[in-house]
Amino acid sequence: MMEAYVAIIIIWLFLFFYALGGAIDFGAGFWSMFYFGRKDTTAASIANLYLTPSWKVTNVFLVLFVVALVGFFPHAAFTLGSIMIVPVSFVLILLIIRSAFMVYSYSVQKYTKAFTYISGITGLLIPALMLSILPIIIGGFVEVVGDRHYILYDRLLTSPTLYAHIGFGLAAELFLSSLFLSDYAREAKSMETYKVYRKNAIILGPIMIGMAVAATMTLIPEAMWMVENMASQWHLFALSVIVFSVGYSALWWPSRKGRVGQPRVAVVFMMIQIGLASFAYGWSHMPYIVYPKLTLYDALTNNQMFYSLLWGYGIGMAIIVPLFYWFWRLFLKDKRYLTNEEVDDVR
Amino acid sequence: MDNVLLARMLFGSSLIFHIIFATLGVGLTLMILIAEILRVVRKDDDYGILAKRWTKAVAILLGVAIPSGTIVAVMLALLWPGFIEVVGQVIALPFTLEIFAFFIEALFLSIYVYAASRLSSTMRIISVFFVALGATASAVLITNVQSWMNTPTGFNVVNGEITDVRPWEAVLNPAFGYTAVHVASSAYMATAFVVASVAAYQLLKPNLKASEKTYHRKGLMVALVFGAITSIWTATNGHASAVGLHNNVPVKLAAAEGLFETQSNAPLAIFGTPDPEANRVVGGIELPGMLSYLATGSLDGVVVGLNEFPRDEWPPLFVHTLFNIMVGIGTLLIGLSFGALAYRFIFKKREYPNWLLIPIIGSGPLAMLGIETGWIFACIGRQPWTIYGIQRTAEAATKSANLGTFFVIFLTLYVFLLVITALVMRFYFRRNPLINEFNSQSPSV
Ligand code: HDD
Ligand code: HEM
Ligand code: HEM
Repeated sequence: MMEAYVAIIIIWLFLFFYALGGAIDFGAGFWSMFYFGRKDTTAASIANLYLTPSWKVTNVFLVLFVVALVGFFPHAAFTLGSIMIVPVSFVLILLIIRSAFMVYSYSVQKYTKAFTYISGITGLLIPALMLSILPIIIGGFVEVVGDRHYILYDRLLTSPTLYAHIGFGLAAELFLSSLFLSDYAREAKSMETYKVYRKNAIILGPIMIGMAVAATMTLIPEAMWMVENMASQWHLFALSVIVFSVGYSALWWPSRKGRVGQPRVAVVFMMIQIGLASFAYGWSHMPYIVYPKLTLYDALTNNQMFYSLLWGYGIGMAIIVPLFYWFWRLFLKDKRYLTNEEVDDVR
Repeated sequence: MDNVLLARMLFGSSLIFHIIFATLGVGLTLMILIAEILRVVRKDDDYGILAKRWTKAVAILLGVAIPSGTIVAVMLALLWPGFIEVVGQVIALPFTLEIFAFFIEALFLSIYVYAASRLSSTMRIISVFFVALGATASAVLITNVQSWMNTPTGFNVVNGEITDVRPWEAVLNPAFGYTAVHVASSAYMATAFVVASVAAYQLLKPNLKASEKTYHRKGLMVALVFGAITSIWTATNGHASAVGLHNNVPVKLAAAEGLFETQSNAPLAIFGTPDPEANRVVGGIELPGMLSYLATGSLDGVVVGLNEFPRDEWPPLFVHTLFNIMVGIGTLLIGLSFGALAYRFIFKKREYPNWLLIPIIGSGPLAMLGIETGWIFACIGRQPWTIYGIQRTAEAATKSANLGTFFVIFLTLYVFLLVITALVMRFYFRRNPLINEFNSQSPSV
């Protein structure tokens, strides 16, 4: 039984990284649209500076998550496949439109604006749609007939919790990306852009927390079991709220250079906050993958495969982590990249 | 329409779409490496410009290559849960390792493209080497799963349960070696001819400046030499694949060749239609004994025919045509590339006449057609099995409805994206003509 928990924690880790990376990625795409063509701020180009080298890497985390999930838990495929097909197919459709148009917007100057709008909007919707899957696997809206699972769309689409989850997805994406970009702008020594994103983060932070609470509260009539489990994890959730408050307040901490706010501190605290909250949420979900029929234990692969996968991920990570560090140095720290005008024509 | 058929159509069309971009991603990154090396060795900046423009093409293609790959990976799990259930127990390793190949490719590509001006030329070559390595490794690893589907090994089945799993034995299944080599070499080959097509098209234009002409000629030469080598290589290991089928999946070879009766001295049938009533291929050309010779190395080797297998285990017989198209294209392109090189090096003609450039333009699309027919043959020729001898396609498929709607949506999307991608390529390279590159001799890509 140990194995099942090791596997789900690995998957949670991948999901955590993708949640952060994806939120920042899709959010940055949205801001690049939002500030498109504005002469008074470089907010759009800072967003693009981050996006161009990193979107591919972020996307690999999505694939990593999916592959790890079906690799460790192959017996979940039938159930997940039948309830996920509709929402996930829509995510995939948005994803390919978003990536294609984002890349193409750099290549055809004539249509840059239209293409940036298409990719900005489709990207904005992706995390929201992904989060709308959460209330479904909690079991509130699924009917099981024989071995088939049906989503009860009429009930789902009229339930407040769906919209609360979507709202949470949007707010989290916009908040995390603003916060991250404010730090990125500071790294690029663009004070004015820093201020723009800091202001966005200040507005969006409380909205995100409010939406998170709303999403949980609206869950009560749909999945009481989940809410009860979450209540028993209250200390982790409470801790995550405290961490959030500290991180949020860091946006006002003074810095040596006379700037208001310590965005790096805020980013680190928010990562911890998301980590704590998502871990607590995930833990409340245990041992179910899809409530009430499918548990971790039913779905786990055999021992031989489990251990060779552990080796595979271990060795792969050992190779890739130093590379990530180098990548981070080149694109998220190197002043020559951050202040490089050449970047525009390189794309 | 029934669910299984819809799932096959949806998945097949997604792969047919993905493979176009994936193949070019595998091949172009290697050609960029070659151009970067030639630039240093020959001290000729034209090769630097080739590398730069090919890199731009890769960057555009990636906008679709990566999400379409994500689509097929997720669809594999959604549409074929029965298959994934077995994969997760027996052959999950290559999928896992593939992720790291993707990481290596994506990280080094960004480094090569966006950090170019901050890297020494050795570091640039090293970066693009890892891009090419990552791309080829991901193709080889995904092919590993596909070869295992043809020759499943590394587990036992007891009362329908999978037991005694040996993950590495599954990875090193009998078909892996020859399949991986054939897939990689055919991807290089197809890309070489696509590049040759583009160069030949440019050379056909009137009023080219001398510098542009030399540039395109260099591009054409690199592509033709590379294409000639890889096409011979592809035919050789394609032959090894056919021998592999003879040993491991005889029913597929029989369907490919339209052979009904088990026999020695089996004839090789080129084109025509396999006719189960007549027990032979009608309307094709027959080369007596050739099939026995190719499959077993001797004219009186015995080749197994379709009649040895129950009817419901036959793949659809039109795979014969798919197979012939692939082999025909391979043979044709060997002739074309060696002919064109002979014209240049044996007859010492510097300029290609139009009658030679025009067929070269056709070679790129033909080579891509070879890739498509080859894959469709490999997947449809495995029917009715998804995992040969173990799991039928109907057992692998999802039970959920709604597939028809999604098939229509995805298909529309693919067609639309193909058109848009072509337009974007055209637009970009028009807006940034070669002349500009000669003027701004900056080394950065
Ligand atoms: C440019 C593309 C191309 C060309 C010219 C050829 N092939 Fe090929 N072939 C492929 C591209 C390809 C492929 C798309 O890469 C396949 C599909 C699945 C696979 O393993 O490779 C393939 C599969 C494939 C298979 C089936 C393997 C299996 O199902 O396990 C055989 C027997 C051959 N090929 C044989 C040949 C021969 C004898 C060729 C002679 C010239 C040839 N191919 C040229
Ligand atoms: C033989 C056929 C295939 C080949 C040669 C191939 C090759 C490639 C290559 C080279 C890429 C990277 C695109 C690029 O950077 O140029 C790619 C992307 C991808 N492919 Fe395929 N692929 C094939 C089939 C498949 C299949 C069947 C799957 C799913 C099971 C798949 C899953 C993916 C995924 C998930 C990505 C995106 C990775 C990312 O996020 O970077 N591919 N493929
Ligand atoms: C990228 C090139 C490929 C193309 C164009 C291709 C094409 C197709 C087509 C047309 C089908 C439908 C066949 C039918 O049901 O009649 C199919 C099925 C399938 N292919 Fe491939 N395929 C490719 C590569 C792969 C690879 C690399 C894998 C392994 C991971 C794979 C796994 C499958 C599976 C699992 C099915 C569904 C079950 C089945 O019909 O057997 N394919 N493919």
